[in-house]
Amino acid sequence: MSILQILDIGLAGLVLAVAAWTVFARDAFAAVVGFVAYGLLLSLVWVRLFAVDVALTEAAIGSGVTGVLLIGAAGRLRKLEASGGDDELPGASLRLFAAALCIFVTLVLAGVVLSLPDPGPTLAPEAARHLAETGLGNPITAVLLSYRSFDTMLEKVVLVLAVVGVWSLAADQYWGGAAGNPRGAEPDGTRALLAQVLPPLGILIGIHMVWVGADEPGGAFQGGAILAAMWMITMMAGLTEMPSIRSRLLRLVLVAGPAVFVAVGVAGVAFASGVFAYPTGFAKPLILFIEAFMTLSIAVTLPVLVAGPPKRLRQQ
Amino acid sequence: MNVLLDLFSVIAICFGTFFFLAGTAGLLRFPDALSRLHALTKADNLGVGLIVLGLLPHAGSLLAALKLVAIWALIQLAGATSAQLIARAIRRSG
Repeated sequence: MSILQILDIGLAGLVLAVAAWTVFARDAFAAVVGFVAYGLLLSLVWVRLFAVDVALTEAAIGSGVTGVLLIGAAGRLRKLEASGGDDELPGASLRLFAAALCIFVTLVLAGVVLSLPDPGPTLAPEAARHLAETGLGNPITAVLLSYRSFDTMLEKVVLVLAVVGVWSLAADQYWGGAAGNPRGAEPDGTRALLAQVLPPLGILIGIHMVWVGADEPGGAFQGGAILAAMWMITMMAGLTEMPSIRSRLLRLVLVAGPAVFVAVGVAGVAFASGVFAYPTGFAKPLILFIEAFMTLSIAVTLPVLVAGPPKRLRQQ
Repeated sequence: MNVLLDLFSVIAICFGTFFFLAGTAGLLRFPDALSRLHALTKADNLGVGLIVLGLLPHAGSLLAALKLVAIWALIQLAGATSAQLIARAIRRSG
């Protein structure tokens, strides 16, 4: 057994152990910390499987943004738990049933994975064969934005629906207001320093990641998540604040990605072979054009989701 | 020359992992939260620093080497900030 194999087995064991710890943790906050560590370990697993694109997304979205969302949720649940919501806990039989259901799903998934034929069914050679036609160097980006662009467009629409869902939780009197803390609510030297030093570099890295995504691991989602993180850091330091949900610019940027994607897709009817087809020779510039708007939308959507529903009155 | 560079890498990375080991031991053994935090930041700082130093001769290009140094600097910034924030939270909660 080589050293790498031993490391891989150790990594797999660690992932399982952290996953079990996350499930069995009594405290919601501890479970969230476990979940973030689990996500980071999982992104190492993706690197070992040579899926660097997936590893980047897992670290940025699966662990990073979801982690922030869950910390916010745990904080809110703590208030509920403190106010004596203990009798709201589901009964033992219901929890046993849920556990049995989860174990059943896990077993079925494990059975499916184990019963796959040895060289698993794959479209990878097919995808690689047509890569030149897209003008891209990264097959993942080709799959996401050319072969299966319709799916990717729908994913971006889902993000807009998620924002609508979060905003619809607003109390009536706050509708049209803004989410998050007002500017300078809690001046904090440490966070302010980070929020001033990091963003210039972070914005550069985010844009770089989108740009190299055409030929190397990276892309709109990974780069957009880094840009989103930069905005979140400045917001948490109290240097910037969420605009009102009435802001026309905010709404325009939120839908810009999916809108441009749909527009280019529909234009394919007139200029190419059909809906969501690119004219020959123009695939790469069009894909980069779509990705630019998608990055913008993702960079704004994620902080809006983290900030939550509007909690402040509209400023006059 | 190559052998010397390899030797340098091995020694630097070994020292780096030693600091991670020491940091982990401190995290598990130190009595209070502030000391545990201290152990953790030393591992971040010197551990990653020495491992990056050991990887530099093998970076291949100047750009890759600069990226490695940038990663170390970013970890410094993130580590220092989160240590400050955690320490402040500990002091506030008593």
